[in-house]
Amino acid sequence: MTAEAFSGAGGFLARYEGLRQYLPGDPEVRAAAAEAFRRVGVPGGSSGKREEAWKYTNLRPLAEASFQEPLTSLLDADAVLNEVPRIAASRLIFIDGRFRPELSELPASVTIRAFADHPRFGTLVRPDREALVALNTMLAEDGAEIDVADGTDGGLLQLAGIGTEASGRATAFHPRHLITLGRNARLTLVETTTGRGSYLHNPVTEVHVAEGAVLAHIRLQDEAPAAFHVSTVYAEVAEGGVYDSFVLNIGARLTRTEVHARLAGANAAVHLNGAQLLHGVQHADFTSVVRHDAPSCASRQTVKNVLTGRSRGVFQGRIEVARVAQKTDGYQMSQALLLSPDAEIDTKPELEIFADDVKCSHGATVGALDPEQIFYLRTRGVPEAEARSILVRAFLTEAVEVVTNDAARAALERAVEQWWEREAA
Amino acid sequence: MLEIRNLAVAVGGTPILHGIDLVVPDGEVHALMGPNGSGKSTLAYVLAGRDDYEVTSGSVRYDGHDLLAMEPEERAAAGVFLAFQAPVELPGVGNANFLRTALNAVRRVRGEPDLDAVQFLRIARAEAKRLSMPDDMLRRNVNVGFSGGEKKRNEVLQMAILRPRLAILDETDSGLDIDALKIVAGGVNELRGPDFSALVITHHQRLLDHIVPDRVHVLTGGRVVRSGGPELARELEARGYAGLDAEVA
Repeated sequence: MTAEAFSGAGGFLARYEGLRQYLPGDPEVRAAAAEAFRRVGVPGGSSGKREEAWKYTNLRPLAEASFQEPLTSLLDADAVLNEVPRIAASRLIFIDGRFRPELSELPASVTIRAFADHPRFGTLVRPDREALVALNTMLAEDGAEIDVADGTDGGLLQLAGIGTEASGRATAFHPRHLITLGRNARLTLVETTTGRGSYLHNPVTEVHVAEGAVLAHIRLQDEAPAAFHVSTVYAEVAEGGVYDSFVLNIGARLTRTEVHARLAGANAAVHLNGAQLLHGVQHADFTSVVRHDAPSCASRQTVKNVLTGRSRGVFQGRIEVARVAQKTDGYQMSQALLLSPDAEIDTKPELEIFADDVKCSHGATVGALDPEQIFYLRTRGVPEAEARSILVRAFLTEAVEVVTNDAARAALERAVEQWWEREAA
Repeated sequence: MLEIRNLAVAVGGTPILHGIDLVVPDGEVHALMGPNGSGKSTLAYVLAGRDDYEVTSGSVRYDGHDLLAMEPEERAAAGVFLAFQAPVELPGVGNANFLRTALNAVRRVRGEPDLDAVQFLRIARAEAKRLSMPDDMLRRNVNVGFSGGEKKRNEVLQMAILRPRLAILDETDSGLDIDALKIVAGGVNELRGPDFSALVITHHQRLLDHIVPDRVHVLTGGRVVRSGGPELARELEARGYAGLDAEVA
């Protein structure tokens, strides 16, 4: 197949037309997604509609870029693999969205299947509502299906996504992951995304946490500086289950991390924590929707942004509490540290509550470093630059200390420390 | 040690201090008393180096050096310590790490080697114990979740570890019960000697029963209106500042 470049929504649709007979899975699901994508286009693109959900993030640079087929076969896999932080003994390696079992180390107590061999589009995803999910559904070629059986502790598993460009031209890939934890199962999944050059990484992940199960889902997004990272997670948590997630956005020129979490059974909990460290002209958007559909559930969310240069951080957090969801405990906090006068943060919390016996709070702080704190440190002999560094590190340390898994937290701390060393230099 | 001459200071364009003259010789502890709003804390902050306070005239010499020309961290390295009236909370900064960073910063300037975590903790635990502070205060974040009394004791702990030559205590006694007050006073008395001076800012005679000052100064309306021996503090306790104003007028 000749390497053909596409641009805009039309480019993706042309690619679908060319590939459709070879793509795995139900062709009707693909066709419906293509129809939805044809209707809405890329948000912010010339054919795309203005939407409230995309108020602060414009994907025009993505819509105007040309992407071509990944040429992963030409790649020196060892070289790119060396750039992946090693967090767990068991790891699944994806290069340009394709599962590479020969480079992976499979876990013993978890069932792994490739989407290419066993395509399942899931039941929670909404290609009819989300343009990028439609794009993924239309073009997904591979992905990880991760199954932890009832009562099983799956331990620690790393899912490493690596992006590359093809002969100096941008590529696009749309992995489709499905994670299922049976009753009282446990898993700590650490997703790392890294890469080289210019590419679009558009993963869609569906998560099912059954009764009493606990999934810790930690993501370290450190994509190549010229990359686009657009990810969407749909999670559903049954009675007494926990979906405990954290995302650290450091890389990519343009990032959107969107999470839809639904508390479907009583006494379930969802944590959607995150931090975004941005510099230059980076733009990163953390958007979440938490739906409480059962009583006595808790949702917790703290999102921290540290912004330098002319970067822009976005946090949109929506909590919906259904009428049946009495005794809901919802907490949401956005804290931003602006280290440059040209950096910008946009925070939009939304609460939609139909139950009467709930406790929901949200708050937002935005600021520079506190001059009182700097002065206090200086009066103790700490030079000003070191005082500033201590305070930024403290803010970042607080952001990642919610991650309880030691190996995962250590990897996040390293990434954060390296980021700050680069910024402070 | 400390020579303040005709010092005038404005904060946000408003003059607060109108020509202070105050000398604290080596080895002496002086008390600075005065009503609220008289400029006591402003003087303390200016001596520590707050840059949003504007010195409009006068000079401050510390060991013969121009103190006002030094950065706050240079003053600390040279042995100046301010115990804050309202100690600042530092979320995410561990108290032990903070104290070690401060001590090593000061040691570096003095040409002394850095202390590692083990060496430092040995010193810090011993000092904390002497000040009757629980060990876990070293593990917590700086002043976060501390009671008012704990914050004040944490200031005294910092002073004990940094071992300054000139300590300025800004109402370190306010909000303390009598036991805590004795501990704070003990922390200051421990450092007393020919090479240590202190300026103790307080409202109350009570603290001065435990830290007996060599001199007492009274500040009202941004001026030192009276100076005297320790008996002046007792006189103020009996007559109040109002009587003193009348006398000056």
